Amino acid sequence: MATEHTYPDTAAKTAAAALPDEFHPERMSLSMGPSHPATHGVLRIQLELEGEVVRKADPVVGYLHRGDEKIAENMTYNQFVPYTDRLDYLAPLANNVAYTLAVERLAHLEVPPRCQAIRVIVSEMARISSHLMGLGAYGIDVGALSVFMYTFLEREKLYTLFEELTGARFTTNYTRIGGVARDVPEGWTERVSAFCDQFLPILDESLALLTRNRIFQDRTVNIGVVSQAEAIAYGLTGPNLRGSGVPLDLRKDRPYSGYEQYDFDVPVGSKGDCFDRYMCRAEEMKQSVRIIKQAVAKFPPGEWYATEAKKIFPPPKDKILTSMEELIQNFMLVTEGPQLPPGEVYFEAENPKGVLGFYIVSKGGGVPWRLKIRSPSFCNLSILPKVCVGAMVADVVSILGSLDFVMGECDR
Amino acid sequence: MPYVVERTPLTFAERTYLPQILGGLKTTWKHLFSPKVTLEYPEERPTIPPGYRGVPTLVKDPNGREKCVSCQLCEFVCPPKAIRITPGAIPADAPTANVEKAPQAFDIDMLRCIYCGLCQEVCPEEAIFLQNQYSLSGYSRGDLVNHKDRLYELGGTLPDLHFKWDKKRAAEQAGRAQH
Ligand code: SF4
Ligand code: SF4
Repeated sequence: MATEHTYPDTAAKTAAAALPDEFHPERMSLSMGPSHPATHGVLRIQLELEGEVVRKADPVVGYLHRGDEKIAENMTYNQFVPYTDRLDYLAPLANNVAYTLAVERLAHLEVPPRCQAIRVIVSEMARISSHLMGLGAYGIDVGALSVFMYTFLEREKLYTLFEELTGARFTTNYTRIGGVARDVPEGWTERVSAFCDQFLPILDESLALLTRNRIFQDRTVNIGVVSQAEAIAYGLTGPNLRGSGVPLDLRKDRPYSGYEQYDFDVPVGSKGDCFDRYMCRAEEMKQSVRIIKQAVAKFPPGEWYATEAKKIFPPPKDKILTSMEELIQNFMLVTEGPQLPPGEVYFEAENPKGVLGFYIVSKGGGVPWRLKIRSPSFCNLSILPKVCVGAMVADVVSILGSLDFVMGECDR
Repeated sequence: MPYVVERTPLTFAERTYLPQILGGLKTTWKHLFSPKVTLEYPEERPTIPPGYRGVPTLVKDPNGREKCVSCQLCEFVCPPKAIRITPGAIPADAPTANVEKAPQAFDIDMLRCIYCGLCQEVCPEEAIFLQNQYSLSGYSRGDLVNHKDRLYELGGTLPDLHFKWDKKRAAEQAGRAQH
């Protein structure tokens, strides 16, 4: 397979093989990254090239390591929420939700339906914004600059909605153990459904610039093929796994936060090449819109945090200001953290980039004894040494873009 | 239900690049004449929604009393440890003597602050608020540490719903001290 690029016809191949040694090229070692625009962050790939063909690709990760797992051991569960923003920083809300759900599972805590619906809506909005960024950047990687402008404009609208909801555009810090930081503001759900209505035609317009474009197809079809078996063996998840035709989606297979109430389909690819992965992301956005619309339509009234969990979620602010008991409770909760039982839990959620898992060991109290993050980007990148071999250097850029990883999460 | 994404080969016309070029031009022209979506930033500013998390500030109540009682809860909760408080006593002859404590020094290092809003969330006195300012600059690291005076200047006065300490004082003076 690999040699076909170098020697398109067999006659040339035999002729080249007959040449004396000095005509055979030496392998060249090339560092792609860590500050290369096409590596989407601080990924370095140590390539070994024979001419234009990649013979070996070795991803070098860790340039963005901040020790998040160790940091988590030194603070209460709620204080760690802002750090989860900085894992997959293109979908901070989805990380917030996944982390809180993991801790709540440890506490055997059920949040009210309204809180669940809020979490589903924000997760799906985060998925759309992450995929919009992924598609736009992928367009740039393979030479279609304008798509990025259109997808970025849509992402901007989402960020405005996030800003109204959470107070910040990017580092949202929105969920809390047992609830969310604040209820949805007046009229916010209507603005979300208005966004959904205008979004689909614009998405189709942007996709039309890529999908049937011959240049785009030449750069993606049959490039970076990952077979079903390989995808499973390397632990790929998310659109990268579904692009290879494995219909695994935790929202369907192991529903959490009330996903079982919503109707949606799982797009899968048939071939597992860059084009399939791109198509899966495009379709997923449409499915996310479906979920958001349903969630908004039956947005439940009621409480937006677990009112019964007095040892986990702090009392309302005006109570803290007027009553001594709540004041003391607030002090206890902040200084000692939400009180959780001892035990272990592993919870994974379907994030835009794949399956984000948290493994928490608790010895009781408000601080995790150990917290391990299973980050989808890290596992997805492990396929690189396999899939890049035999590709041209320019294809590496296309493959990287189609894997859509985030180094903040990979290196944690 | 899983469904397989569409994957049909390009038609002959599509292989000639022409439909895409024309389609792309159409999109471009359409956007050329649609209203512009950008802001001329420093002149035009984006509208900031209520509840925005900008620079943390300290506020006074409508009577001009500083609300912070230097309980240091915000200092404790701040994930990057950006806040440093030195508690101080309120002199016994001051009109607000029943509050007992106020910060002597209150520094927020804006080079550390991550605008998470936890300080505002935990404050039991509603004394610290993240308000609208979002763009900071300075010539040195020291310029970006907001001291107490600066924090009050940025914070100003916010309406108070409870007047907790005034009520307490009134209750005490009426001889019905609630402890
Ligand atoms: S700002 Fe609030 S939390 Fe911080 S020390 Fe003052 S009263 Fe306590
Ligand atoms: S906003 Fe967050 S980081 Fe900034 S001072 Fe408050 S608690 Fe600390």
